[in-house]
Amino acid sequence: MVGNEAQTSLKSKNVSYERILNRYGWGFTFFALILLITFLFYPIIYSLYLSTMSSKGIVQKFVGLNNYIRLFNDQMFLIALKNTFTFLVIQVPIMLFLALVLAAILNDKSIKFRGIFRTGIFLPAVTSLVAYAVLFKMMFSLDGFINTTLMNFHIIQKPIPWLLDPFWAKVTLIIAMTWRWTGYNMVFYLSGLQNIPYDLYESAEIDGTNKIQQFFYITLPMLKPIIIFTTIMSTIGTLQLFDEPMNLSSGGVTASSIGPGNSLLTLSVYIYNLAFKYMPNFGYAAAVSYVIVFFAAILTIIQFRVAGEKD
Amino acid sequence: MNFKKILSRVLVYTFLIAIFVISVFPFYWMIVGMTNSAVDVIKGKMTFGNQLVNNFMTLNTSYNLSRILFNSIKISMLTVMGTLIVASMAAYGFEMYRSKTRERIYGVILLSMMVPFAALMIPLFRLIVELKLLNTHAGVILPSIASIFIIFFFRQSFKSFPKEIIEAARVDGAGELRTFFSIVVPSMKSTYAAAAIFSFTTSWNSYLWPLVVLQTDNQKTITLLISNLASAYFPEYGVIMTTIVIATLPTIIMFFALQKYFVQGMTGAVKQ
Repeated sequence: MVGNEAQTSLKSKNVSYERILNRYGWGFTFFALILLITFLFYPIIYSLYLSTMSSKGIVQKFVGLNNYIRLFNDQMFLIALKNTFTFLVIQVPIMLFLALVLAAILNDKSIKFRGIFRTGIFLPAVTSLVAYAVLFKMMFSLDGFINTTLMNFHIIQKPIPWLLDPFWAKVTLIIAMTWRWTGYNMVFYLSGLQNIPYDLYESAEIDGTNKIQQFFYITLPMLKPIIIFTTIMSTIGTLQLFDEPMNLSSGGVTASSIGPGNSLLTLSVYIYNLAFKYMPNFGYAAAVSYVIVFFAAILTIIQFRVAGEKD
Repeated sequence: MNFKKILSRVLVYTFLIAIFVISVFPFYWMIVGMTNSAVDVIKGKMTFGNQLVNNFMTLNTSYNLSRILFNSIKISMLTVMGTLIVASMAAYGFEMYRSKTRERIYGVILLSMMVPFAALMIPLFRLIVELKLLNTHAGVILPSIASIFIIFFFRQSFKSFPKEIIEAARVDGAGELRTFFSIVVPSMKSTYAAAAIFSFTTSWNSYLWPLVVLQTDNQKTITLLISNLASAYFPEYGVIMTTIVIATLPTIIMFFALQKYFVQGMTGAVKQ
């Protein structure tokens, strides 16, 4: 009887103690939750609602899925979508592969000056996106540094119209992005390679495999989770591409065409233009933004699936 | 060493040196460009000139550099301070006082990291207008304080914090807040340093949101100034280079001085 009483009091004490701790849990997370609800969750949901409205100035009316249907006939939107996917499909694989190769080389302990190479190759990742975009715009101008150098070495006969031709403008953006992000991704791979025991390579060496075989049979499979992670990050990053195309194109924010013939127009730039440059149509812009959400979700799921299947 | 091995070594080093030069060269070029006139910059002159003082003077008199720098520093510093306090407390709350409800909320928060900024930009803009924060620095700072990535980063670090120490502090009668601020925070200095660097560079370099919120020249940041200068009808390239160097300097210095934390801040959260 006495023991029972003690037990119940202990139990109720525990329950109230847990309740106090739970209250602390809310207390500690309070400010973050308020800020996230106000500046993140509310806008995300409101944006979805907005995408079913048509707004010209302050007049708003419900149009259901009309904004989404309108997308299919919007030439500018289709150009932006095509451009974004061109960058995604070409730039991301080139960059990630280059980053992997560099990481594999710099993980080899017999290479000299590894620290200096690593630091130098990572350095572009500390620049701001606007700064490097403007820097590349100057380097790749018609009579600029790149053309002058290539002509001095007689690699080309006449200047390449880097930022004046739709095709070359895309090439320039891809080169610029690869310059900025390769070292960044390399660091992820290097930190992943730390977890692969070095003697795995040494015993593979004894078994008579060469470096290229080691890359494909040891490095790639062991790094798979990090490769998936960087692929997802780069995919989402590319879907949101804004700073670089905006600042590589002449005229910047006020330009009538983003890159020659809108060759650098991306989805995010188009959203910005719809909302803040043309006669503001927030509803339609919100619909375009949900296209990005849709693709980000789909591509992430696919990439996770691909990761899961091969295990 | 046989011939084949030597050849492959030579190829590997050539490749490394080429990538290294391509990576580092633009930094050299922007420092040289800072000392040259517009014509020399655009022609790709690769030696130092004597226009450095001129470029600075133009920046200071025509573009109010000191004001712009003050804006950038103010916004970044306040964002870092706010983020460190709010995000680390939230992460501590999620990790140390677990409950089913909060775990679910945490899951939703992580998931929303996938939502691109463009998708919330328009309602966020309207909200800022409603709150009368348009063209204010608060309008730039407030939405970026509760950074999901940094909450996540802190929580990963708190996972390895020994729970026995917290239990012991409780037994000794220290309050929960005191335990956090006088025991947990001081022992996680490197985590805070890494988070601070990450938060600072993100804020210092951010472009799209400040572009939307800050509308008058005397409110703008250095990143916006670069963009403005570069889109001028007759761009002053030497001045642009000077601005780029000034904007890049703080992050470069941080990188070299605190390299360990710098890289940890970017990759640390992935390791788990």
